[in-house]
Amino acid sequence: METPGFLEPFVGRWTKRHLLDLESLTSDEITLLLDVAQAFKESTQDCRHKLPLLTGRTSVNLFFEDSTRTRTSFSLAARRLGADVIEFSASSSSLSKGETLLDTAKTIQSMCIDTLVCRHKAPGTPQMLAENLDVSVINAGDGPHEHPTQGLLDILTIRQHRGDLSGKTVAMVGDIAHSRTARSNIWGLQKLGAQVIVCGPSTLVSRRWEEYGVEVSHDLDAILPRCDVLNLLRIQFERQYTRPFPSVREYALLYAMDQKRMQRAKPDILIMAPGPINRGVEITPEVADGEHSVILHQVNNGLAVRMAAMWLLSAGRAS
Amino acid sequence: MLKTLIQNGRVIDPSQNIDRVTNLLIKEGRIAAIDVEPQADMKVIDATGKLVVPGLIDLHVQIREPGFEEDETIESAAYAALAGGFTSIAAISETNPPVDSAAAVTYLGRQASEADHCNVFPVACVSSGRQGEEMAEIGILHNAGAIAFSDGQRPVSNPELLRRALEYTLMFDRPVLNRPEMVELSRDGVMHDGSVSTVLGLAPMPAEAEDVMAARDIRICEATGGKLHLLAISCSGTVDILRRAKDRNVSVTASICAYQFALTDAAMRGFHTNLKLNPPLRSQEHIDACIAGLKDGTIDVIASGHAPRSSEKKMCAITEAPFGMVGLETALGLVSTHLVHAGHVDWPTVIRAMSTNVAKVLGVEKGTLQPGADADVTLIDPDAKWTVDTSNFRSKSFNSPFGGVELTGRAVETIVGGVTKFRYDGT
Repeated sequence: METPGFLEPFVGRWTKRHLLDLESLTSDEITLLLDVAQAFKESTQDCRHKLPLLTGRTSVNLFFEDSTRTRTSFSLAARRLGADVIEFSASSSSLSKGETLLDTAKTIQSMCIDTLVCRHKAPGTPQMLAENLDVSVINAGDGPHEHPTQGLLDILTIRQHRGDLSGKTVAMVGDIAHSRTARSNIWGLQKLGAQVIVCGPSTLVSRRWEEYGVEVSHDLDAILPRCDVLNLLRIQFERQYTRPFPSVREYALLYAMDQKRMQRAKPDILIMAPGPINRGVEITPEVADGEHSVILHQVNNGLAVRMAAMWLLSAGRAS
Repeated sequence: MLKTLIQNGRVIDPSQNIDRVTNLLIKEGRIAAIDVEPQADMKVIDATGKLVVPGLIDLHVQIREPGFEEDETIESAAYAALAGGFTSIAAISETNPPVDSAAAVTYLGRQASEADHCNVFPVACVSSGRQGEEMAEIGILHNAGAIAFSDGQRPVSNPELLRRALEYTLMFDRPVLNRPEMVELSRDGVMHDGSVSTVLGLAPMPAEAEDVMAARDIRICEATGGKLHLLAISCSGTVDILRRAKDRNVSVTASICAYQFALTDAAMRGFHTNLKLNPPLRSQEHIDACIAGLKDGTIDVIASGHAPRSSEKKMCAITEAPFGMVGLETALGLVSTHLVHAGHVDWPTVIRAMSTNVAKVLGVEKGTLQPGADADVTLIDPDAKWTVDTSNFRSKSFNSPFGGVELTGRAVETIVGGVTKFRYDGT
């Protein structure tokens, strides 16, 4: 299929082979990804229509960690673009027979694939695959390191609801230490001119973020009145030995976004959560389902962002 | 009678405070004299422009045989040692079964003498089965030839065991080599805890995991009077604690791995598994403190920390990869490049830390060019520029992050007991 008119202005502007992180992207590259995602959304009725731009190409979902929305979203994005999709789970793979990660990836590559979408619990794994394989690699989350498409869809959601990011104050609240979403958001938001605050218990929010121009707070009530956007991160109980806070009850008391706290917020505050959400821990149901919440918009934007990334990395890339 | 004259080299022997250009005579496998003029019956080795030093000794070499011969055999480790300029290595058990029996010590010795490369000094386990619970049969191991006791990369976590071991080894006048690390603070860790780990999301190994344990170990050492050697220190806090202990004449010594001076934790941005090291690459402030510690004698020894791992073990996610890099063949080049040519320390300081002091810590009669000593001599070209080519390693493993890196300075001839065992031919 020929490139449709709405994509013409974007052809050849993307140069990178992989999408591994937002830290190494320029603000122009991030803006391009967001603009293409927005264009897909507007021209395909929220990504309902198929656009067979990647017919004959194959994308592999190589997921070593559980995932519902990200995996589904990547599959759907590839299918909407007419690509074939192969699902590959660690449990059903040769990895359980002792094959190395790299050999598994090379085997998959030899099936003539074009794009590898990888999720792994270890930071850097997508980068390692990118260095050793001859395909485009998209990082779908590498441990606590980065989750670039999640960062992009969060930023796209903010842009849709509040316009230009410049000068906006966005707080990421919760388990920053173990959050790849937080890291991708931090870099993306900063590059687009937003002020980022990370907020949560001192055991999960390192003061070292100040070295990167991020404001660090342990007091949600203190920063709340200044925030244009709150992004509420899930507590990742599965990643720790000694609990970083005494109890869930205490965490909720200090950091859960509830109706009472909403009173202290700006009247047009945007409430986001990358999900899966723990209702009653970081967010109460009234807030999650309330008028300020754009959680489901985020999910829909995920599809647009992933279509944009897949198209830019292959058909839309500068040759 | 075979006589060899090493002519016109810069002879550096910290044990005698010698540092001058002269000739060194070897006779019947022993150092005979210096300042000797050449005579007709001498074989002459021209050492013009080279350093002539007491054979280097590495007190931190992980041994993988038996159990992990795919990584390294005793033979290949000893061969790699020669290529790195080492005439002796202390072989620390990272084996299965561990070296906690007389039979295992004897086996190690036999494999080493069959290989006939460099001297291999067996280091036996402190604890039975290397389990960190009960003392190994230290007296029996000593009688079998063990020169020191260590659980290697596994720190002695139980303070009572360390106390007992330091008291018990006093009877044999042998050191305990212990790696100071409080594992509860560093478990699952991949890299130095700092601003780089914060960004990369890699689990941290905080400096205090080391210095807290070093403080504990030193206090137990002080209380018992035993000989404690802290293996592979890397942090400013440890250097500080150590310096104060030495001011009180505590019988503690310490070593640092050569790679520690070459790279900072920022190198972890590539996520390469060959850079997953324990101790991890630290930040510049720690490196600076360690250099200061080396200069003022707080840190006694530079070791290689040689940790061979076959390539398939490193072809995985960084969280799953084992720690370590091969070090024997690059240690001297790294030290020469990053400490001497970088202007931090002079060659006599390096030779003290890589030979004279090592012999003292291990209690072996090496590390000197005094007449009568074993003729273990290393010739170093301090200005040789060479590029690390892992495919030329004598080690069985290639897990070095320095492949393709140009270094300045290397061993060009390694003489053990008067016999040239290695000569650098450009590869």
